[in-house]
This record gives sequence, C-alpha cells and structure tokens, in this order.
Amino acid sequence: MGTLSKIILSSIGKKSIMAVSGIMLGLFLLVHALGNCTTFFGREAFNSYASHLHSLGCLILFFEVGLVVIFLTHIVLGCMTWWQNKRARPHSYEVYRSSGGRTMGSKTMPYTGIIILFFLFVHLQNFHFTDHSREISAIVKGVLIQPFYAIFYSIAMLALALHISHGFWSMLQSLGINHPKYNSIMQRGTLSLCVVMVAVFVLIPALTLLWPGFLL
Amino acid sequence: MSNDKIGLTLKIWRQPCSHSKGKFETFHVNNISSDMSFLEMLDVLNEHLTLGGKQPVAFDHDCREGICGMCGAVVNGQAHGPEKGTTLCQLHMRHFRNGDTLVIEPFRARAFKVERDLVVNRSPLDKIIQAGGYVSVNTGGAPDGNGVPVAQDTAEQAMDAAACIGCGACVAACPNGSAMLFVGAKVSQLVLLPQGYPERAGRALNMVAEMDELGFGNCGNERECEAVCPKSISIRNIARLNREFFKAALFG
Repeated sequence: MGTLSKIILSSIGKKSIMAVSGIMLGLFLLVHALGNCTTFFGREAFNSYASHLHSLGCLILFFEVGLVVIFLTHIVLGCMTWWQNKRARPHSYEVYRSSGGRTMGSKTMPYTGIIILFFLFVHLQNFHFTDHSREISAIVKGVLIQPFYAIFYSIAMLALALHISHGFWSMLQSLGINHPKYNSIMQRGTLSLCVVMVAVFVLIPALTLLWPGFLL
Repeated sequence: MSNDKIGLTLKIWRQPCSHSKGKFETFHVNNISSDMSFLEMLDVLNEHLTLGGKQPVAFDHDCREGICGMCGAVVNGQAHGPEKGTTLCQLHMRHFRNGDTLVIEPFRARAFKVERDLVVNRSPLDKIIQAGGYVSVNTGGAPDGNGVPVAQDTAEQAMDAAACIGCGACVAACPNGSAMLFVGAKVSQLVLLPQGYPERAGRALNMVAEMDELGFGNCGNERECEAVCPKSISIRNIARLNREFFKAALFG
C-alpha cells in the first residue's frame, strides 16, 4: 500500500475525510434550507426559485455528481469505521454505564445516519425521480399533504438534527480544532445550526399538513 | 470520617487463562470498612478465598497511590469505578452503600488480551510508545538553566499531557475501543517541549500507524475517555494529535 493510501486509510485519515465530507454535506444542507425558505413567501417565489435553479443546466449536473461522490465517501468511511470499531471490542461489557462523555447525538450516529440515508432515497423518489410536468409546488404539496410522508419527513429531520448535534462539533475536533478560547462558541454554534436546520425543514411538512393555504 | 462497615455482593469475571472461556462468579463480602480502598476490599475477598482453598481473584496493582497506572477494572460499567479522576486503588469503599451489587470486569478491547480474571495485557500501549521512536538529547556539558525558553502555559500543557500513567482506562471506556487519548497525551507531552520536537513528524505518523495495526478502534469523539481518565487528561490532546498527524502527513 502506498504512503498516501496508508495515511488516508489510517484512523485519523478516515475521520478527517469524514469531517471534510461532513462540512460539504452541511454546506449543501444550509443552501438547501435557504432555498426551501422561499416556500414561506408563497407558491410563485418557490416555483421561480426552482426554475432559476434548473436553468443553471450543466452546473446542476456537476453539483449532483459532486454530491453523490461526497455522500458515498461519507457513507463508505462511516461504515468502515463503524465495522472496525465493532471489531475493536469483540467481547462487550456485562454492564455499561456512560461516565458523562457521550451525548444522545454521539451515541446514535450510525443509526441516525441510516435513517438519513433511507430518507434520502424516499426524498429523491418523491421529488427527483418523479413526473416533472407539474410545477414543483404542486409536487411538494402532493407528497407532504399525506400525513404519513409529513410525519416521516419530520422524524427524518429530527434524526438529521441529532446527527449534526454531534457531527458538527466532532468535525471540528477531528480536524484538530479544539481550544478553550472558542470551545463554548463551537458548542453554541452546533446547537444553533441544529435548531435553524430543523426549524426550516420541519416547518415545511408541518405547514403543508396543517395549513391548507400553504403554497397556494 | 465515618467508619461504617458494609456488605457487598460482587459479580467478578473469572477466567483461568487467556485462551480459556471466562464467566462471572458471585461472591459476598461483609464487614468491609468504608475507609478501605477498592483493592483492599478485593484483598479481603482474596484472603477469604485463599483460606477456603479457592483460587484468589487475580488483579493488577502496584503503587496503590494512583500514580503507577497498574491497577484498573471496570466497576458497574465504568473504568476505575464511579469516582471521577481516580484510579481503582484510590477509589474508596465509602462511595458504595451497604447491600450494593458490584459487577467487576476486566478492561475490554481486542488489543487488550485478558490474561487471567481481571488482569489484561496492556503491552500494546508499550508497542505504541516503541513505535514513537527516540528523543534527541544533547550530551556534553550541562545546559544553561533557562537557556531554552519554554512559555509557562506551554510547560503546563506538556505537564498535563505527561500526567498520563498509561493505565488503559481510556481504551476500556471508549465505545470504539480507541487509544487516541493515550496516543494524544504521549505525542503532546513531547511536541510541546524542545526535547522531542525534532522527531515530531515521524513520531505522530508511526504511533498512529502502530495504534491502527494493533487493532484499536477509530476515535468517534465520544469523550468517554476524558471522563474516566484518572488524570483527567483533556481531549484537547487528541485534537493536537490530529493536527500533528496532518502536518506530518502533508508537509513532514
């Protein structure tokens, strides 16, 4: 194995690539959330945002391919570390108690990750691989007006918030960013990121389901 | 200080040797002084076992002052027991109540083989240290006192990292069986000081490679290690190790 692949596949190498791919996915989510905010300004704003986005042409294709590569990197490395970490303790403890380090988010990283992946398939099925002859606001409304989807989307977004609640801070630590001077800002930043993300992403299914005038 | 006597039920992992299958065995101890340390309590149990013609419970220990890093077991799911910032020998029985049941297990990780009962082989940590290589030291005449300036806070951080006694509790407590806090502390104590600075790049790369090779897990930033560390070593040292690794990998 070459030096570079050794470094990339080392424990720190894998974590750092997960961290970098995590930032990229986070940035994508932020842009996605901002774009989704146009739904709050009504049907026309949302439809015009979507048609502007789609008019970018091959730039969109470039970003889509990039996203798939980033997602795959994050998922493959996540699975690798999960498997290796399972193997690192073949005999588990009879009694296990946290000493206070773990959080709800850090404990559930693989599981929230799986929920997000599953959500991603459903989400792409609903909005990407669907009949695009209708306008986008009608497609959104058609899916999220169904209580099953509205609730599933909301639960998936809560899982996402839990994933980020550990992921964002963990990304900084994995990249070597940890200093008493800005640790509290980092923690508050992580929390606000989660709150904003969930607020936007959960509001859309909630409003569609509960307010008939939404996106009309 | 109260001098209460307590009785306990102990569920202890028994395993005759590294390649045999182990199981839990239950014992009862009475008249345990609350002033005793955890290891003294095990001594009392072992005296009873020996007098009864049974094999005493094997456990590692040496200084019993919390500074050698020899002792350690997982008590009720926590490495070194429920008290923060202490080794097992410095955990006193006053932290338990009469009638408590204690489950006592060896430190568990693929890299730490159970030798017998609560004794585990922690020599993989020594192998990581060996992989770290040497430290250049000038020989000849004694250097000038304070000839090499080291900032006070840097010296303090190096000292905090050097407080690591290599007990292995970080590995035992890590949900991923990772040794990153240990390696982070060992890399930090040398990289912060002029001694050890020249060999920093090779040291970070080699120690991490050895850690991975020995079957320790990947750090998931769960922070359990710093929570159980008897010397309260911060995960800031893991972040420093990450930085050292990147610098060495990219520019070293």
